[in-house]
Amino acid sequence: MNPVVLDHITKTYENGKVLAASDVSFEVASGELFGLIGPDGAGKTSLFRILTTLLLPDKGNASVLGLDCNKDFEEIRRRIGYMPGRFSLYQDLTVKENLDFFATLFGSTLEENYSLIKDIYEQIKPFNNRRAGKLSGGMKQKLALCCALIHKPEVLFLDEPTTGVDVVSRKEFWDMLKTLKQQGITIVVSTPYMDEAMLCERIALIQTGKILTIDTPGKIIAAFPVPLYAVKAKDTYRLLTELRKRSEIASCFAFGDYVHITLKDNSNESQTDQLKQELIQAGHEQFEIKRIEPTIEDSFIQLMSQTYGR
Amino acid sequence: MKQFLVFIRKEFFHVFRDKRTLLIMFGLPLVQIVLFGFALTSEVKNITLTVIDNSRDLNSRQLTDKIKSSSYFVVNESNIDYNDVLKLFKKNEAKCALIFPSRFGDDLKHNGKAQIQILTDGSDPNTAKTVVNYISNITSAYQQEISNGKPLEYVITPEPRMLYNEEGNGSLNFIPGVMALVLMIVSTALTSVSVVKEKELGTMEILLVSPFKPLMVLISKAVPYLILSLLNIIMILVLAVFVLDVTIKGSIILLFLESMLFIITCLSLGLMISNTTNSQQTALLLSMMGMMLPTMIFTGFMFPLENMPKVFQWISNIIPSRWYFLIIKAVMLKGLGFGYVWKETLILFGMTVLTLTIALKNFKTRLS
Repeated sequence: MNPVVLDHITKTYENGKVLAASDVSFEVASGELFGLIGPDGAGKTSLFRILTTLLLPDKGNASVLGLDCNKDFEEIRRRIGYMPGRFSLYQDLTVKENLDFFATLFGSTLEENYSLIKDIYEQIKPFNNRRAGKLSGGMKQKLALCCALIHKPEVLFLDEPTTGVDVVSRKEFWDMLKTLKQQGITIVVSTPYMDEAMLCERIALIQTGKILTIDTPGKIIAAFPVPLYAVKAKDTYRLLTELRKRSEIASCFAFGDYVHITLKDNSNESQTDQLKQELIQAGHEQFEIKRIEPTIEDSFIQLMSQTYGR
Repeated sequence: MKQFLVFIRKEFFHVFRDKRTLLIMFGLPLVQIVLFGFALTSEVKNITLTVIDNSRDLNSRQLTDKIKSSSYFVVNESNIDYNDVLKLFKKNEAKCALIFPSRFGDDLKHNGKAQIQILTDGSDPNTAKTVVNYISNITSAYQQEISNGKPLEYVITPEPRMLYNEEGNGSLNFIPGVMALVLMIVSTALTSVSVVKEKELGTMEILLVSPFKPLMVLISKAVPYLILSLLNIIMILVLAVFVLDVTIKGSIILLFLESMLFIITCLSLGLMISNTTNSQQTALLLSMMGMMLPTMIFTGFMFPLENMPKVFQWISNIIPSRWYFLIIKAVMLKGLGFGYVWKETLILFGMTVLTLTIALKNFKTRLS
C-alpha cells in the first residue's frame, strides 16, 4: 500500500459554504517526492492538515503509512514529520533550544538522528544561540526542516516551505529535499511557485479544491494540446487588450514581458504571420511572435480554463 | 516524563523572556498591595464627631476638649439621645459619634475604670477604623495624663461599634481580596493567553502532530503557572507581613493548600477559555472582563455582599473567588482552622473539579 492515500476527500468550512477540497483522490508512492501545486487558497493546506490528522474530512478516507487518519491518528503522529506553512517554531527560544525541545517532544535526541539533519543543521549551527525569531527567512526554514526531521519520520509533509524565502535559499532547500529523498523518506511538498513543480517527481495541480491533473511534470507539459505562442510588443498592455478582442485567439495571458496565446484553429501555420502583420500595421512597435514550449504554468492555466470553462 | 519536564522548562523560558508577562505576574500584585495598602487607608481630617455627653463631669469635659484640640475632628456637642444618633447615621448626617455614659467621671474616680462608646459608620470601614484609632489614642494619652505617669490608675476602655459592619472588617480585608484578584489574573489570564498564543503562532499544529499527548500539553502549560502563582502568594504574604504589618493568625500550610486549590480553579478556568478562543486578544478580554470584573464585584472585599440585592448575592455564590476570600479571611485574619472552612473548601473543590473536567474534555486533539 502506498504511504499516502487520499480517497475521494471532500472538506468544507463554515457549514459547507467554503469548499477547500472537492472529491480529491491521489496516492504518493514510497520514496517519492510529490508536489501539490496550486495558487493560494487552492486547498493545499487543508489537504496537508487532513493528512497530518489535524483535520477530519467531511467525506472520504485518508491514510498515511497504511494507517487511517481518523482512527489511528496517534500512531501516524509518531511516524510523520510536518512543517506547517507558517513558521511554527518558538520565536523566543534559541535555535538549539528549539531543536532540543522538538527532539525530546518526539521522543528522540539531537544526536540520535544527527546524520539525517547534519547537512542542514551545519548551516545554522553558527547561530545556535540566536533566538529563532531573529533568524532570516531562509534560516528559519532550515531550522523548521531540522525540527520536522529530528525524529526520522517516514513521511515528510512540507506545506509551502519556500514561501517568503529568497531565490538562493529556495534552491538550497530543494537540493536538501533531494538529499532527503535519497535517504528513502517519502516527501509531500506544496508550493504556489510553478517553477518549483519541475523539481518534483510527480505533481498534482490543484485549484479551488479540485485536482486538475496528476502526473510527472514532463508528461503534463507534453500533454499541452495545442501550439503555444509568445507574443511581445513595446506596449504590453495595449497588446494584451487588443489580442483579447480578436476572434481567432483561444487563450491569452500575460507572462512577464510576453503574452502567451493559443489559437482556435491550429490547422493553418500562416495564421501567425497574418496576426503579426495586422498587429504591426495597428502600430505595435518591436513586435515579436514565436512558438514556445509550454511551462507548467501554461499547463495550469490551460487546464484551469478547460475545467472552469474560461 | 522527560517530555513533560522539557515542556515545562520551555514554558519558563517563555515567561522569563517576555517582560510583559513578568510585569503582569509580579508587578501587578506589588502595585495592588501598595495601592490598596497605602492609598486606600486614607488619613481622616476634620471629620464631624457628634459627642453625646450623658455624664457632664470634669473628666468627660477634659477628654472632649482633648479631642476638640486635635486637628482630626470637628466636635459637635449635642443633647440628642442614642436613638437619634442612629437616625443621624441613617440619614448619613453623622459619620461617627462618641458617647459618654452617665457617671463616667464617677466610675473613673471610684472604680478606676470607665467606658466610652465610639459609634462609626461601618459601610466606610477605612474611615471607621481610622476614627476608632484616633479616639483610642487620644483616650489613652488622656488616661496617661490623669494617672500622672504612675502605672495606670485610671483605665478608660473605648468600646467601638461599627454600625452595619459589626465584624469590623476594614483595611485588612483587602489582602485576601488582592490575593484572590491576583491569582485570578495571573492564573486565568496568563494561562489562557499562553495556550492561545501557541494556536496563534501555529506551534500548536506541531505540538498536536507530535506524539506528545494533547492533554499533557494542557497540563504542562498549567504547571509553570501553578508554581509562579505560589511564588506570587509568598510575595504577597511577605509584603503584607513586613510592609503592611498584617499578622497571619492561622496556619500557613493551610493557607497554601487552600491557595493551591484556588489556583487550580483559576488555571482550569484559563484552560477553559483557551479552548474556546483562537486569539490572544479574545482570551485576554474574556479573562479580564469575564473573570476580573465578577471577582472584583462579587468577592466581597470591595463591596460588602450583605448590602447587595438578593439576586446579586445568589450570583456571587457561583464566583469561586468569593469562597476563597472567605476561607483566606478566616484562616489568615481570624486564625481559624480547617474545621471552620471545610464547607467553603468543599464548594471550591467541587468548582475546581467541574471546571477542570470541562476544560480537559473540550480540549481538541485536532484543529477545530
